[in-house]
Amino acid sequence: MSAFLALRGLSKRFGAAPVLHGLDLMVDRGTVLALLGASGCGKTTLLRLVAGFEQPDAGTVTLDGVMMSGPAGLVPAQRRGIGLVPQDGALFPHLSVGRNVGFGLPRGRRAVAVEAMLDLVGLTGQAGRPPHTLSGGQQQRVALARALAVEPSLLLLDEPFNALDAVLRQELCRDVRRILKARDATAILVTHDRDEAFGLADQVAVMDAGRIVQVGTPRAVYREPASLVAASLTGAVLRLPGTLIGTGVETPLGRLPAMVRETLSDGRVVVVLRPEQIVPAPPGQGVSATVLDQIFLGPRATVELSLPTGSDPLTVKANWPADRDYAAGADVAVAVAGAASVFPVQ
Amino acid sequence: MRGAWGHAPWTLLPVGVVAAVTVLPIAYVVAQAGKAAPGQAFALLVRPYVGQLLLGTFALVGGVTGLSLLLGVVLAWLVERTDVPGRRWWGLALAMPLAIPAYVSGFAWLSLTPRVEGLAGAIPIIALAEFPLVYLPVAAALRGLDGALDDVACLLGQGPWRRAWTVVLPQVLPAAAASGLLVSLHMLVEFGPLALLRVSTFTTAIYSASELEFDGAATGVLSGVLLVLCTIFVAAEMRARGRRRYARLGSGVRRAASRLQLGPWRWPVLLVLASVVGLSVAVPLVTVASWVVVGRSSGLPLARIAGALSGSLQLAGLGSLATTAIGLLLVLAALRQGAAARWLERLPYIIHAVPGLVVALALVAATLALAPGLYQGVTVIVVAYAMLALPLAQGAIRAAFEQAPRGLEEAGLATGRPPWHVFYRITLPGLAPGLGAALVLTFLSLLKELTATLILVPTGTDTLAMEVWSHTSQMEYGAAAPYALLLVLVSGLPAYGFARRLDRAGAA
Repeated sequence: MSAFLALRGLSKRFGAAPVLHGLDLMVDRGTVLALLGASGCGKTTLLRLVAGFEQPDAGTVTLDGVMMSGPAGLVPAQRRGIGLVPQDGALFPHLSVGRNVGFGLPRGRRAVAVEAMLDLVGLTGQAGRPPHTLSGGQQQRVALARALAVEPSLLLLDEPFNALDAVLRQELCRDVRRILKARDATAILVTHDRDEAFGLADQVAVMDAGRIVQVGTPRAVYREPASLVAASLTGAVLRLPGTLIGTGVETPLGRLPAMVRETLSDGRVVVVLRPEQIVPAPPGQGVSATVLDQIFLGPRATVELSLPTGSDPLTVKANWPADRDYAAGADVAVAVAGAASVFPVQ
Repeated sequence: MRGAWGHAPWTLLPVGVVAAVTVLPIAYVVAQAGKAAPGQAFALLVRPYVGQLLLGTFALVGGVTGLSLLLGVVLAWLVERTDVPGRRWWGLALAMPLAIPAYVSGFAWLSLTPRVEGLAGAIPIIALAEFPLVYLPVAAALRGLDGALDDVACLLGQGPWRRAWTVVLPQVLPAAAASGLLVSLHMLVEFGPLALLRVSTFTTAIYSASELEFDGAATGVLSGVLLVLCTIFVAAEMRARGRRRYARLGSGVRRAASRLQLGPWRWPVLLVLASVVGLSVAVPLVTVASWVVVGRSSGLPLARIAGALSGSLQLAGLGSLATTAIGLLLVLAALRQGAAARWLERLPYIIHAVPGLVVALALVAATLALAPGLYQGVTVIVVAYAMLALPLAQGAIRAAFEQAPRGLEEAGLATGRPPWHVFYRITLPGLAPGLGAALVLTFLSLLKELTATLILVPTGTDTLAMEVWSHTSQMEYGAAAPYALLLVLVSGLPAYGFARRLDRAGAA
């Protein structure tokens, strides 16, 4: 089956600086895909190519079987049927909330549709308000309603929660996911925030230096990163030296089961663990680590440990149950839970 | 800030002085009109002549404002929102008419053909001199426009022309409305080019009633009508500025808007830009320069030119220093809370409503009555200049004040240094850019000032503006040209610097 949105071999450069290099990406209908990458990796450019604001130097953009950008020609942005929720919402400041939501609708069915959209985003009865009287979260809700009102075949969200504080961000993230799923919308969320990507998306595409380095479910990209770069973009990492032997890897923290890819042969490798894989060891087992500091958080504590990794001791901030007191300076036995990711030495 | 200076009693002093001087013209108008018998004043007011003046004044105001708005908005859109080649250059070139006083371009056109006499000629000539007042703020508003708005409208199915109408235009409307009202106000009080091009408005009628016919009652009645008209426009301008609410929402970094790709359309667009710059800058400059060459045959009166130049520089320099100093005091005094402060905010607008001609006539009357020794001295003309240019100075200083970080002064005072030390070391350096802008702006506008100068110039002093005026009104174009050219060159430098600064400020 061919994908709903297909990007094939997309390249784009601005002046001498290449931004995208032959990028491929497929998005199925009804999927919310998060494009996760550091700032400057080209994710905003990719979004603008899909929207039609920029033209690719090479490659094609196909939406629902219709070529939007490519050698066969080009559909202008205003005729692609794509919706956009930009950073900060970009509400038209001279129009009321209702006029904003109804901006893309024909006059006839505006009133009914606007009320329905405002209900959907939880702003019932707010149509008459000017945008500057809304909070940041409410502005984003209006921006979402405005984009969805015209029933776009694809919705683009460009770091839409950037300007919001953490609590609001989580709440809005959950609501947006509910709304998108209720409408079975296909959407691309551009973000550098992995919590946002994991919380909102069905699929995460990890992007680095103009390429997609991994696509998978949030769980897969976090637990089985495809590369060192993908590992560090999707979460905190602990890097250890190691030696791969069959399905296990020898590390300063002992022998660990390894997630081995067939391309990797036995020998020296880079071992990557997530901080939460460092757990207190059952009595009489594990290796000895030194507590550097402890921050008590009630049910849990952040314990900063120095791991016995030879000449170059590694520190890790572990989030452990606070049933014990981990005094600074004390030694504590630690073990590794789960399998380690292994990558070739660069 | 308020804690530091707000309660110093001396800050009320400049307020008192400025308020007194503001009241003067109104008192003058009332006193002059009072000289007429009650029935006579009414007869002076209700007569066909006043109706004609009203009609002429409104035709001029409407025509020049409309044309300036059209030119300013369209040109700003072309330069800021399309990919027309040489945008930065056009941006500067379109600000340059600021350096050419309307009476100089009026003289240039008049020397080319007498057919520009009358309203039909005056409207386009003056609009070509005034449109930068619309162009600059509208271009700045366009540059500040969030590109994301345009993107969203585009994806909601709107093509570029519809977006210009539904998204871009409403955003620049407040800036355009405020500058349109400013242009209207200028037209109400404009004098030089109108007298040259033989257009009758209230200002030219007041001038001839007072300076040629010595008719005090008619002067008073006509000035009263003009004051009322100006007040109406000033009130409208204050309202327009008060409603400027189209600030950007949100807090993130805004993205520059993408520009319309002109393709082959760039040739007609370039032609439009070139024609405007040609008609507003090149034609007056080249005409004046060629008259310099023609006039040189009869020999250049170098000593007289040098005298006029130094007179212009001295009067404008003194005026801009005095204006900036008073403006600074007013801005500091405005930090006081309460009713006095609110009135101080409005003071520049209120002063704006008093035409330079009425200010000058009132000052003459007041000096003769109260301090005849000062009559035709430097003090009186500097006071008049300060009143005329104060709105400009106060605006520039206030803008710098609002941009200065809050709390710096409190931090300075908390170190235990005396307030004057904190003022000198912290407040004043923060205001320096605003003071600089105020000096430049007021100097530039006072160099070109003609109306009040004609009436108040100290005996024995000569200025470039007066030489241009006296020679052109006698149709001695060759003799007027050297002074006009010098005037344009001298005021061109600060205008260029100012346009560059605006350009950079918008780019940052």
